[in-house]
Amino acid sequence: MADTLAKRAVSEPHGPKPKRIISTRNIILYGFLIVAALYWLLPLYVMIVTSLKGLPEIRMGNVFSPPMEVTFAPWVKAWDSACTGLYCEGLKVGFWNSVKILIPSVVISIVIASVNGYALSFWRFKGSEIFFTILLFGAFIPYQVMLYPLVIILRELHLFSSLGGVVLIHTIFGMPILTLLFRNYFASVPEELFKAARVDGAGFWRIFLQIMLPMSLPIFVVAIILQVTGIWNDFLFGIIYAGTHNFPMTVQLNNIVNSTQGVKEYNVNMAATLLTGLLPLIVYFVSGKLFVRGIAAGAVKG
Amino acid sequence: MSNSQANLQAESTVATGRKRRHPLLRNMSAKIAAIPMILVTLVGFVGCSVWSIVYSFTSSKSLPREKFVGFDQYERLFDSSRWQISVENVAVYGVCSLVFSLGVGFLLAVAMDQKIRFENTFRTIFLYPFALSFIVTGLVWQWLLNGDFGVAQVIRDIGFTSFEFNILSDRDYSIYAVVIAGLWQGTGFVMALMLAGLRGIDQDIWKAARVDGIPAWRTYLFIVIPMMKPVFITTLVIIAAGIVKVFDLVVALTDGGPGVSSELPAKYVYDWMFGRGNLGQALAASTVMLSTVLIILIPWAYLEYSQKKDATHG
Amino acid sequence: MTSVAIADLSLSFGPVEVLKSLNLEVEEGEFVVLLGPSGCGKSTLLNCIAGLLDVTAGQIFIDGKNVTWEEPKDRGIGMVFQSYALYPQMSVEKNLSFGLRVAGLPKNEIKKRVDRAAEILQIEPLLKRKPGALSGGQRQRVAIGRALVRDVNVFLFDEPLSNLDAKLRTDLRVELKRLHQRLGNTMIYVTHDQIEALTLADRIAIMKDGLIQQLDSPSEIYNNPYNRFVAGFIGSPGMNFLHGTLTSEAGQWVFNSSGLRVPLSDYGFTNTPQEGQAVELGLRPEHIIVGDASAAQPVTMQVDTELVEPMGADTVLWTNVAGHALTIRTDSESIVKTGDKLNIGFNTSRASLFSENGERV
Repeated sequence: MADTLAKRAVSEPHGPKPKRIISTRNIILYGFLIVAALYWLLPLYVMIVTSLKGLPEIRMGNVFSPPMEVTFAPWVKAWDSACTGLYCEGLKVGFWNSVKILIPSVVISIVIASVNGYALSFWRFKGSEIFFTILLFGAFIPYQVMLYPLVIILRELHLFSSLGGVVLIHTIFGMPILTLLFRNYFASVPEELFKAARVDGAGFWRIFLQIMLPMSLPIFVVAIILQVTGIWNDFLFGIIYAGTHNFPMTVQLNNIVNSTQGVKEYNVNMAATLLTGLLPLIVYFVSGKLFVRGIAAGAVKG
Repeated sequence: MSNSQANLQAESTVATGRKRRHPLLRNMSAKIAAIPMILVTLVGFVGCSVWSIVYSFTSSKSLPREKFVGFDQYERLFDSSRWQISVENVAVYGVCSLVFSLGVGFLLAVAMDQKIRFENTFRTIFLYPFALSFIVTGLVWQWLLNGDFGVAQVIRDIGFTSFEFNILSDRDYSIYAVVIAGLWQGTGFVMALMLAGLRGIDQDIWKAARVDGIPAWRTYLFIVIPMMKPVFITTLVIIAAGIVKVFDLVVALTDGGPGVSSELPAKYVYDWMFGRGNLGQALAASTVMLSTVLIILIPWAYLEYSQKKDATHG
Repeated sequence: MTSVAIADLSLSFGPVEVLKSLNLEVEEGEFVVLLGPSGCGKSTLLNCIAGLLDVTAGQIFIDGKNVTWEEPKDRGIGMVFQSYALYPQMSVEKNLSFGLRVAGLPKNEIKKRVDRAAEILQIEPLLKRKPGALSGGQRQRVAIGRALVRDVNVFLFDEPLSNLDAKLRTDLRVELKRLHQRLGNTMIYVTHDQIEALTLADRIAIMKDGLIQQLDSPSEIYNNPYNRFVAGFIGSPGMNFLHGTLTSEAGQWVFNSSGLRVPLSDYGFTNTPQEGQAVELGLRPEHIIVGDASAAQPVTMQVDTELVEPMGADTVLWTNVAGHALTIRTDSESIVKTGDKLNIGFNTSRASLFSENGERV
């Protein structure tokens, strides 16, 4: 038997199946993906290319052509001297405002949400689930229905039109998704760990600070990514609650582009747009897979 | 500690000879820690929403006024042509968004699921718009869709010299500019969700279908898609909830224009609330928006929670 | 006639060689079990036979036809998976008939096959139900049914009982054996459970690190393991291994280890022993006789009992003799206590000797 087997061996099909790289399937598949990718990259390319051209070149050429003469003047103007309404001090004002809004908001919202998620996961008490469900609903309902009463509340607290006010708003609206994120994460931690700590005599805060916190670094990173992107990109809360002197970058960007009278400087506009989008883009490119985890976690319910 | 609680404690001590904590005092630290959440939920979300609904029945102008006028504001609202246009637009935007982002998003996810090379690169490319602010998206598409200098000019340069594409100044089609921009931003996100759903399908199902001789397209159509029903529903709800909220995008792209042709409900509310000083109208509009979202949300939430087992400990 | 034949089959994932030039022939109607620890390549081999994995080198023949490049559906196989992989949104009936409908078979033919499979597997009352409404055992039967309706000669099983609890596993194991007796198809079965292998197989292929260690009937594998690995893998509790050397005394070979001397006159050598060779003596716990009957055995000694594990029908004794650990299985009639000195005896004809490189001597 083995002999006949050996004799047949080399003549007939053997080894791996021959695969054609240029198959119809591959052409359609990669063709589809490449066309889609080009479509998606186009705006970014146009943004960059326009921001590096001089104004005359923009009028003459077309959106897709690369700059014949690269100039960084639009970038400098956007940063330093573009007009955002009454003042012409450029986007740098907005940039630092955004930073000032971002850091406290991210820190406070994450601290509170992580403790909340931890409490909901391990220390369920009567009514906690009901509160949480209502909180979750809050993530979906349109903000418009809460905008004005919040104005009133902030005014009472003397926080309206101030940095503190907008930070508070961001904390409030960040809570539903972040709490969900942390609660789900802690739910995946084996309960035995928690029980062992309680048997050892540890209480609420000690368990949180010394056991849960150190092992939940990944989810904190995801939460930070989520919040940094969300808060930096925010427009609505910034324009209502922050006050004219504290307008975030997004608000100032819109002012630069949409409320200029006279000559529209498209290159400055694109430079300004890029500057505003730079921070979250960097966060995105650096964090890669974690970013996907973040939005998936924010999107997948319970 | 209140008197009654102290008494209760004393009684339980006497009765059992050992200190038993009153139910309210148990898990004290947890309750204290949860105070922010409780406050935010009650005062923030519930309280504010209720306030808005109540005051939508008043004749408040620039400031809240306690004069109740029944359904007047709502009558005015539904009569207003600007509101009617907003509602039409949000419906157009919604349907287009859902159909295209679910359709294209799913197709992209299927393509990405085929064990291709450069998968990470493709995913990065499809998803990066999601990291951008709606303002950024709106402004860049405003530039691209510019009738004089944008894509239209490119097409004219190729040779179609009489090509006109002035969607941004077209009253009938300006909303579609918002649709285009919104789809560019959000489809990658839908793709990511669909891909996660596809990856969650047991590999053995694919093997079994292959042994059974079922071609790939039929496997997707008759086996995989039905298995992904929960993912589709969740994605749909998320997209739907987001559609009503669209504000930044339209402010940046068209500012509701030309005229009010690309107006959306969220902008309607904002304009009346902070611009033209008619609080009553704005609140009536917000309440209508809220009801629409709740009509979608409540049945879905009921379905989810009655099917799911509890995910937490204890 | 050969039903399934594998010639010099190799599979590598990049630089890692998972299957190394395997050769295997399965006769028609035979039940062959691929047995081995995790990572030995048994599931991979099955997937190659099925056509779900592409081989790096070698050939696969099914029913005389070279199927190395064929799609799974054209290989004349049916397959049952560990997780059953039933299409969750379809009824049992649809699950069974889907593949046939896609292939374009006429309706009455489809009905005939589905009914036949349902009758053999006794799942007629379940036809309208969905997989979610079935128990584990019922799902397994439907999975087998899906393979049955394909009217093929070769069935492939990928650890189908591993997801079930112990009692169900035993019941279904018997059902599978009955099914094989009734149908007479060639069956290739992958498992890591030696009981399943020993009870179901006509022949077992024990695999380790991508190589077939021994391909033999269950009794041969049990009584004459080729190498140390096979000897240690089969049997529970595992075979006892004693290190020592071989010496020739007056024309007879003797096994020597500190404090132990075992004459090997009854042992059947397969290879030529060497003077002074370092070897391991293998003794199965169940081949060691305890108590009065031990005196009749060719080799006798006395051991110290360290631990007693009563297991109902049997008792396992953990003993020590001259510094060597010895596990003994005996019936529960004899009452042994910790610390007892026991008389034991055994016959070396049932023992095994392995050289330093693991091969049988």
